[in-house]
Amino acid sequence: MADSSSHTGQADLPQSAPLLAGHARMTWVAALVFLCAVVPLLNLVVPAGSVLHISDFMVALVGKIMCYAICALAIDLIWGYTGILSLGHGLFFALGGYAMGMYLMREIGLDGNYKSALPDFMVFLDWKTLPWHWALSHSLFATLLLVVLVPGLVALVFGYFAFRSRIKGVYFSIITQALTFAAMLLFFRNETGFGGNNGFTDFKRIAGLPIATPQMRMFLFVLTALFLLGFYLLARYLVASKFGRVLQAVRDAESRLMFSGYSPLGYKLTIWVISAVMCGVAGALYVPQVGIINPSEMSPANSIEIAVWAAVGGRATLIGPIVGAFLVNGAKSWLTVAYPEFWLYFLGALFIVVTLFLPQGVIGLVRRLRGQQP
Amino acid sequence: MTPELMDQGAQRLAALQEGRARQALQTASGGREASFGRRISEEALDLTHGRILYLEDVSVSFDGFKAINRLSLDIAPGELRCIIGPNGAGKTTMMDIITGKTRPDAGSVFFGSTIDLLRHTEAQIAQLGIGRKFQKPTVFEHLTVFENLELALKTHKGVAQSLRYRRSAAHDQRLCEVLETIALQDSLARQAGKLSHGQKQWLEIGMLLVQDPQLLLLDEPVAGMTDQETERTAELFLRLKGQHSLIVVEHDMAFIKAIAETVTVLCDGAVLAQGPLSQVQADPRVIEVYLGR
Repeated sequence: MADSSSHTGQADLPQSAPLLAGHARMTWVAALVFLCAVVPLLNLVVPAGSVLHISDFMVALVGKIMCYAICALAIDLIWGYTGILSLGHGLFFALGGYAMGMYLMREIGLDGNYKSALPDFMVFLDWKTLPWHWALSHSLFATLLLVVLVPGLVALVFGYFAFRSRIKGVYFSIITQALTFAAMLLFFRNETGFGGNNGFTDFKRIAGLPIATPQMRMFLFVLTALFLLGFYLLARYLVASKFGRVLQAVRDAESRLMFSGYSPLGYKLTIWVISAVMCGVAGALYVPQVGIINPSEMSPANSIEIAVWAAVGGRATLIGPIVGAFLVNGAKSWLTVAYPEFWLYFLGALFIVVTLFLPQGVIGLVRRLRGQQP
Repeated sequence: MTPELMDQGAQRLAALQEGRARQALQTASGGREASFGRRISEEALDLTHGRILYLEDVSVSFDGFKAINRLSLDIAPGELRCIIGPNGAGKTTMMDIITGKTRPDAGSVFFGSTIDLLRHTEAQIAQLGIGRKFQKPTVFEHLTVFENLELALKTHKGVAQSLRYRRSAAHDQRLCEVLETIALQDSLARQAGKLSHGQKQWLEIGMLLVQDPQLLLLDEPVAGMTDQETERTAELFLRLKGQHSLIVVEHDMAFIKAIAETVTVLCDGAVLAQGPLSQVQADPRVIEVYLGR
């Protein structure tokens, strides 16, 4: 007995690894330096004629895709790791975006078309005062809180009832799809006070500073990059902890987990809310860069696209969904210009190909080609 | 109360005070012997009446089909009970009821003398000390063998605790022991989904062991195992007997023969016969349900 127990000495047991090691750490630092130092230099300092110059168009495009990448990362936590497919994450993205949009509308001040303190669409509707839910929208601080709290609370309430009722699989997906569709219809209505089908646009300032300058655009770009890299680390920390392994256990065999003494409700709810808040933050970063938010962001197709990015890149890999968001959206920005009528066919075909031939996505393919374990 | 009973009670209390807990707390079936006054705590397992599990008059029906029909059954601490019965006899449903997966329509289920299992969820029942192995081996396929065991370890299982969890030396020690018991010490880092069927069965048994339950429910534990694996499983169960109570549902009669003390035959959701294997096998009613239809 003594002999055999020294055979499985405690040195054999796996030890906890650092958050980022070797290759991953270098890639992360390189991405940080590139996005937060090299890109600003090449865009702002290097003159427009130079081959090294990065155009404003490119900065805007990559900035936008980084917001999408945050969503893809968020859906990877809930779908890839926990096995719960949400087809309603576009809602949380839009809620964060609307919270930021309301602030940006108030920042327009008296510079709108109607020269009124009220946002233009309210003047157009002949409203005399701000509705109650615009009460905090003048404050940037309150707005930043709302960007986190509104998607978080909506997710908490919805998730609590859905998970407590043990709604799973395709039923859950359909309900999330219905949820975002219902919210879209609500936001389309003029009387809910969110600008109807036009949404919010014509933003002028953030915190008193003009929004359309190259410097502000670059600031938002760097901020988005920092959030993406930060959320990546957070996700990495979560999935590397025992918490993350419990999530995977929920995905693989939830009943086994319950009979091992875990109550899955708390775990599902925690990761669901974290995932929703990440999407909300992405939406808030997206709106000032793109300059518009309207209810079409809540359309069911948008939420499905988020899931496609994650599937294309590779579920349950963290880096995969980020890569997927860049690949699909890169292709989208090219195809919608070159062959606008084919984009939806392409997206559909891509999803079929990935589902049939690349269950681990692009990252799985790369790993297989390198001969690593998928 | 007769003087003899009062004497008995006094002796037991004295035994407890002298630290001979085992003698003090053990009574034979039915609780007819005297015990002594003691405080009952909510979550502590009370074995003073000599029974770890009681099912009384339990009934459950699914769409009019009576899966369990006024079933009564009790298990002693440290007992290894085998349960056999034809398909559809209600063996798995019985386990579902004990572990909180299915709520019975009527009847009561107690763990020890004081814990009403019908008031607890699956996760709480597992935490109270009842482990369950499924009919089809169920492990976390994408996690490694080691991670599977680590998740099952008896510890706090809340969200916050899992976020800051670090293994202690005692945990390492326990994991090493169990890894050796289930002969998977060389497969620590393998994905559980890539194990053979028999190894998965053992991994799941290992996950029960690190949970350190008082009562183990094992649904067809040797299905799909080789003869040698079956033999080793029998040895393991015989070793566990005494410290743990085991309920084993199995169809493999050779395996039953190797481990059985008392065999309970279930049929149509109720106990048909109970006793030593040879006696049960000779029972004409048992022969009829197995061969007669």
